[in-house]
Amino acid sequence: MSVDTGLSGPDEAVARGAAAATATVAPGGRRRWLATWGPPAAVLVASIAVWYGVSYLLLDPQRRFLVPPPHDVVQVSFLDPLNLKELLDALWLSTRVAFTGLAIAIVLGLVLAVAMSRAKWVERSLYPYAVLTQTIPILAMVPLFGFWFGFGDFSRVLVVVLFCIFPIVANTLFGLQSVDREHHDLFTLHGASRRTRLWKLQLPTALPSIFTGLRISAGLAVIGAIVGDTFFKQGEPGIGILIDRYQSRLQSEQMVGAIILSSLLGIVVFWFFGFLARRVVGGWHESAGGLDI
Amino acid sequence: MHASSIESDVDPLVTFTGVSKRFPDGTTALDGVDLRVLPGDFVSVVGPSGCGKSTLLRVASGLTPVTGGTLDVQTGKIGYVFQDPTLLPWRTVQRNVELFAELRGLPRDERRRRAAAAIELVGLGEFAGHRPRTLSGGMRMRVSLARSLTLQPELFLFDEPFGALDEIARERLNDELLQLYLTQRFTALFVTHSVTEAVFMSTRVLVMSGRPGRVLGDFAVPFTYPRSPRLRFDQRFARLAGEVSARLRSGG
Repeated sequence: MSVDTGLSGPDEAVARGAAAATATVAPGGRRRWLATWGPPAAVLVASIAVWYGVSYLLLDPQRRFLVPPPHDVVQVSFLDPLNLKELLDALWLSTRVAFTGLAIAIVLGLVLAVAMSRAKWVERSLYPYAVLTQTIPILAMVPLFGFWFGFGDFSRVLVVVLFCIFPIVANTLFGLQSVDREHHDLFTLHGASRRTRLWKLQLPTALPSIFTGLRISAGLAVIGAIVGDTFFKQGEPGIGILIDRYQSRLQSEQMVGAIILSSLLGIVVFWFFGFLARRVVGGWHESAGGLDI
Repeated sequence: MHASSIESDVDPLVTFTGVSKRFPDGTTALDGVDLRVLPGDFVSVVGPSGCGKSTLLRVASGLTPVTGGTLDVQTGKIGYVFQDPTLLPWRTVQRNVELFAELRGLPRDERRRRAAAAIELVGLGEFAGHRPRTLSGGMRMRVSLARSLTLQPELFLFDEPFGALDEIARERLNDELLQLYLTQRFTALFVTHSVTEAVFMSTRVLVMSGRPGRVLGDFAVPFTYPRSPRLRFDQRFARLAGEVSARLRSGG
């Protein structure tokens, strides 16, 4: 998000922050806005055109249910109040599961990473199992969790936690361990306690990495909640169960609508953590934000 | 202004007696180093890279224990400046300069006052609210100096502090550091790979050999303070710098 302000020197970064905030009203801001949003909007319009093309030109009317045209999707999924309520209830359930799981994963992941950074033996004993959550097919274990813990929130949240905890642990640990030796030396020289070192040196240094992990995990939490849902197939329906149900009933309009909603959830969550990262570390860390949406 | 350091009735601030430092991997960084730094001295140490100059400072600061000989440092008020300014990028200049006083547990008002004074001293008053990434290399180094000045160190350890700067910035910082040396009255142990810088700054220049590091030569620098930048083009300056360089080469 570099905005050329024509300034240089010490004022530049300060001005950059201000310019980003006022980009839409500054002179030439309109053109910049168009340059930012124009191309993706054009791709969106083109995609919808292709979508219509496939529906009306490629498929004959009997097979049109495979790719229902966009306005049918909107009509059936979103404009029918009953269907919309069903979708939103399911979306709310999946969102709740995703966020509960993500919150637990964040707290647990940070605590684990801090413990690992403080004692080598903790890292040696636990890190392999953190890696394991990445290598075992957690979704394949969903039926087993349902078997053990039932098909309610507990199992679903558990799946999300296992699904998304690793990036938080790995990135936080990496961040905590990437403090320069000389910074450590300075804190040692001035008699800093381990706690002071953690709060004033290691955690701030790790913040950009932590946000990288958060962003990845947030995306995974949404995927874990929705895909886990389709594997549960039972209990109160989340958006994944709805998709599964629509598919078996050949209700393709509703299915596409549900998929659009769950994608939107993923995008909003990803965008939110990017926004948060820029707010927290954007002022001092170059790589903050990374991908802009 | 600074008394010559030849007379022996003053107790040295730093005394190395046959100090050796061997690392667990078997490399010997220092081998029988004898060194006395008198209060008020500005002692530079030059030597080939990897000769243990940095280890000398780490040992003097207490960060690294010695493995042979004895070390006596008569003060706990030590400032340590690295080649990298080692600022915390998330803190403003003001908050960076407050750091050491903060770690030492000084009350908030006191550390704010000291930081503001130190920032003025290095001429960065108008940049107190800036973050390090918006500053030039020379300015960052001034912040690093200011941060140590808040604790009014009696002994200042410099590990090639201006080595990463361009020549113009380096010479300007040389002048500014000498100014601070005259006003703040600290004792300095200054490691550099530049003979010119060593001679220009110091009351004494030590030449170290390649690894394992030993002291090969000890040159008194006769020029009085304050020193003008023009001193660098003086004949006597060139002769002394030449002698130091020759000793440096002889030690390989």
